Amino acid sequence: MFELAFPPAFILIIGALLIALARPGMRPVIVLAAPLLTAYAIWQLPDGVLLTAPFLGYQIELVEASTLRRLFATIFALMALVGGLFGLKQAKWYELAAGYAYAAGAIGVSFAGDLITMFLFWEFMALFSTVVVWCGGTVAAKRAGVRYALMHLIGGIILKIGIEGTMIHTGSIEITALALDNFDSWMILIGVLINAAAPPFCAWLADAYPEGSPFGTVFLSAFTTKTSVLALMLLFPGQSVLIWVGLYMVFYGIIWALLENDIRRILAYSIVNQVGFMVCGVGIGTEMALNGVAAHAFAHIIYKALLLMSAGAVMYQTGRRKCTDLGGLYQSMPVTAVCGIIGALAISSFPFTSGFISKSLISSAAAYEHLTWVWYALTAASAGVFLHAGIKFPWYVFFQKDSGLRPADPPWNMQAAMIIFAAACIVLGCFPNLLYQYLPYAVSYEPYTAEHLLTQFQLLLFSGLAFFVMLPLMKRTLTISLDYDWFYRIAMVRGARAILQLWTWLLGRAEALWAHAGAPVAARLKGWHLPDGLLARTWPTGSMTVWVVVILVAVVVLGQR
Amino acid sequence: MEHLQILIVLIPLLCAPICVLLPGGRLPWALATLAAWTTLVLALLLLGRIESEGVLSYALGNWAPPIGIEYRLDYANGLVQLLLATVASVVLPYSYRSARREIDNDRQPGFYAALMLLFAGLMGITATGDAFNVFVFLEISSLSTYALLALGRDRRALTSAFRYLIMGTVGATFFLIGVGLLYAMTGTLNMADLAERLPAVAGTRTMDTAVAFLVVGICLKLALFPLHLWLPNAYTYAPSAVTAMVAAISTKVMVYVLIRFLYTVLGADYSFGQLPLAQVLMVLAVIGMLTASAVALNQPNAKRLLAYSSIAQVGYMVLGLSLASTLGLTASLLHMFNHGLIKGALFLALGCVFFRVGSTDVERLRGLGRAMPWTMAAFVAGGLSLIGVPLTVGFVSKWYLVLAALDQGWWALVIAILISSLLSVAYIWRLVEIAYFQPSPSRDITREAPLALLIPTWILVLANFWFGIDTRLTVGVAEQAAAALLGVGP
Repeated sequence: MFELAFPPAFILIIGALLIALARPGMRPVIVLAAPLLTAYAIWQLPDGVLLTAPFLGYQIELVEASTLRRLFATIFALMALVGGLFGLKQAKWYELAAGYAYAAGAIGVSFAGDLITMFLFWEFMALFSTVVVWCGGTVAAKRAGVRYALMHLIGGIILKIGIEGTMIHTGSIEITALALDNFDSWMILIGVLINAAAPPFCAWLADAYPEGSPFGTVFLSAFTTKTSVLALMLLFPGQSVLIWVGLYMVFYGIIWALLENDIRRILAYSIVNQVGFMVCGVGIGTEMALNGVAAHAFAHIIYKALLLMSAGAVMYQTGRRKCTDLGGLYQSMPVTAVCGIIGALAISSFPFTSGFISKSLISSAAAYEHLTWVWYALTAASAGVFLHAGIKFPWYVFFQKDSGLRPADPPWNMQAAMIIFAAACIVLGCFPNLLYQYLPYAVSYEPYTAEHLLTQFQLLLFSGLAFFVMLPLMKRTLTISLDYDWFYRIAMVRGARAILQLWTWLLGRAEALWAHAGAPVAARLKGWHLPDGLLARTWPTGSMTVWVVVILVAVVVLGQR
Repeated sequence: MEHLQILIVLIPLLCAPICVLLPGGRLPWALATLAAWTTLVLALLLLGRIESEGVLSYALGNWAPPIGIEYRLDYANGLVQLLLATVASVVLPYSYRSARREIDNDRQPGFYAALMLLFAGLMGITATGDAFNVFVFLEISSLSTYALLALGRDRRALTSAFRYLIMGTVGATFFLIGVGLLYAMTGTLNMADLAERLPAVAGTRTMDTAVAFLVVGICLKLALFPLHLWLPNAYTYAPSAVTAMVAAISTKVMVYVLIRFLYTVLGADYSFGQLPLAQVLMVLAVIGMLTASAVALNQPNAKRLLAYSSIAQVGYMVLGLSLASTLGLTASLLHMFNHGLIKGALFLALGCVFFRVGSTDVERLRGLGRAMPWTMAAFVAGGLSLIGVPLTVGFVSKWYLVLAALDQGWWALVIAILISSLLSVAYIWRLVEIAYFQPSPSRDITREAPLALLIPTWILVLANFWFGIDTRLTVGVAEQAAAALLGVGP
């Protein structure tokens, strides 16, 4: 069985290497073959720990398979395949190679049997995702990449300390559900949550992802946040703190997406929003909720990649990325428009799309647990999703005013990638059991009941109506969209602004304090460390010898008893 | 077979005079390279013998210890010998092209002779089990280092070599005073014998003073803050191959000597239990880690920048050994080996830069990411290892260091290690940014370095990854060495 347990992540890493080394003619073949082989390898893995290796004095478990891990790894491989197809000829070779290495890291985390292996692949992902951000090629991309790397460096350090603490204090590096009763597991939780873009670290995602190239952003959207959702499912299922973290993310994503004008930033904020649903589901922690999280992650990767591909196609063809610069593109880019709309419907949980069958598992789980407020919040948020991603994105890009642009649909491979994922959205929506049978626990949930359909249609209809009724208002303000519960939303926005103001004020105070007291000390310290400063100067031998004597005397004196 | 222990010192030592006698050109280089490769084979054989036979003892000239000089080899110095031989085997092939560019032709035989003397001296320090013998080899290696450092084309090389001569001599003298006092108290120079006789006289004022002289002398040679002031200039202006060799192994050998004296000769109970050495060393190590990293941030010369980084890294090693635990000592020994590989790779990459550009000023690195892709890729890989990215050796040693600190609940140390790591990210990043993201000042005329330089550089870079992934050899040896040094192992 050993040869069957060849780690799927390594296949994709080898694929990434080959992409980098192959001649241009061979490259498309490798791009398409590597993820397929990986997916094949993933499905050959039986359950259980399959491959171990000695590392750092431990026997680490490089590959441990289970239903849940296999599901995540499958969607990651699928994502690499379609993302690769999308950028088959247009993306730079190093971007594809880095993207594949990044995907390999995500698959590695999926099958990591212990904390050390998880951490290794975790950092591998961080490294190559930074490269993918840089592949955006602009000055803004370079800067965003540095900030992104710094954020993940800090997250990685926190995670590493948590893992090392757990090793020292329990002697175990197993991945099992951890209790949040000690410092170490809190550090692990924080480290994982940073990668999930949880508060107060939400900002890195919308900062970095939109700066990638049209192809890079598609890769970026899929892996980092979803691996941390998987890590949360494995390590912290049912930790109620996650419910509140998740709800915060849900509303954070909606509000900022509504205020945003850049189409890819809108979609980036909506990643935070969707991951919020998943984190919330992990916090609920029942079998149904965890099923919902797994299904939602699967469905989300597909439709979010679809949306970003359609946004990327628009950007690739027009070079523009702002709502206000676009519009009326449905006439000349029909395929892109239809695919974008299908993605938008899926993210809004429109019946007969994949979002409908996955998200309702999470909110129903909240209802079954009698978490009434959570259910209300999730339902309200669903309406908000429809507004910011479901209508706002296609409306402003493909309809709205006529911007006068007449770009054609993108090249065939980009179209094919979009069509594949659009089809996947609809097939999964129409035949939910295709996905349900691979979920970690048995599913007894039936999404297509009359009541559920009615509720969902009502919700969508009214929020859709609100959007178009308020359209004149939105045109004037351009970025702020209002809907049927606009009182509530205005209040939220005002509240958010007030908090922002308070925060700015606090920062200002801190800055003043710093200028008054801290800065002189820091300047002095910095001066010492500059090339001609006290500590960096070339010293005459006499002074060096003085130090020798000082240390000698200190040791002798301290040694006296 | 039993002569291997002495051969590993004798071969390079005897090569030195032969190198001088050989005519210039390729011969001295070929001989020195052959000698280095032979020692690598010997080091591996010896490590295998330690594994099967335990501690190896060799009586020099068949004079039984403690009267005669004993060569004594266990896992701790076995590991150091392996590092020395590895680095020398890589640097010597490299030095052929590099030295021809940087050193006058008539000085070449002398250069290789000095390099062999340095190597033999450091090998001798690690091989011997005799305290005075350590001093002898210390002088051999130091004197040849002074000569090598002065060979740099930059005229500042002379003054910096002279400064190092003064400071190195002070250090060696202190060491000698310490050993002399130990001899006065016990009447023996054999380390194992000293370890047996010392407890009887421990606690006397003479002993305390002896330890102070020993520790300060050794710390001066290993460049512990604030005794590091000789190091930056010495590294900066020396020829590339010399910097790589000295930076990769010289300070590491002195860390080994410190460990050997504190743990084997004096015993952990005495050095850390009765004397406050742990506190002194720990404080200095932490300050060194932070302040040297901060100084490295703004250095205008890449070699000098790495020199300051070395001072910070010495801080890690001393920090590990000052924890006086198995984990801490393991971390220290591991980092000794790993940092040798890291700094060797980085300085060799800078040597490639110097070969083509004629300078290692940070400003001159501009646009080299495009002009010298393999060189700069090697530098980035070495930099990642220095930072401690997973799957590199830097990760392994920092992992153990943090474990050791967490094990004793030293949170402040963990934070200091992290801050120092972040600073290392910053200073490596600064070089990477200049090399990759800033356009070269003139039209690209710089070519990639020749393969004769690139291949050795990349061998060390790959070693960084190899030992970062397959940790069985390094971690296994370091753990057993640490256990043996603390007297808890077999």
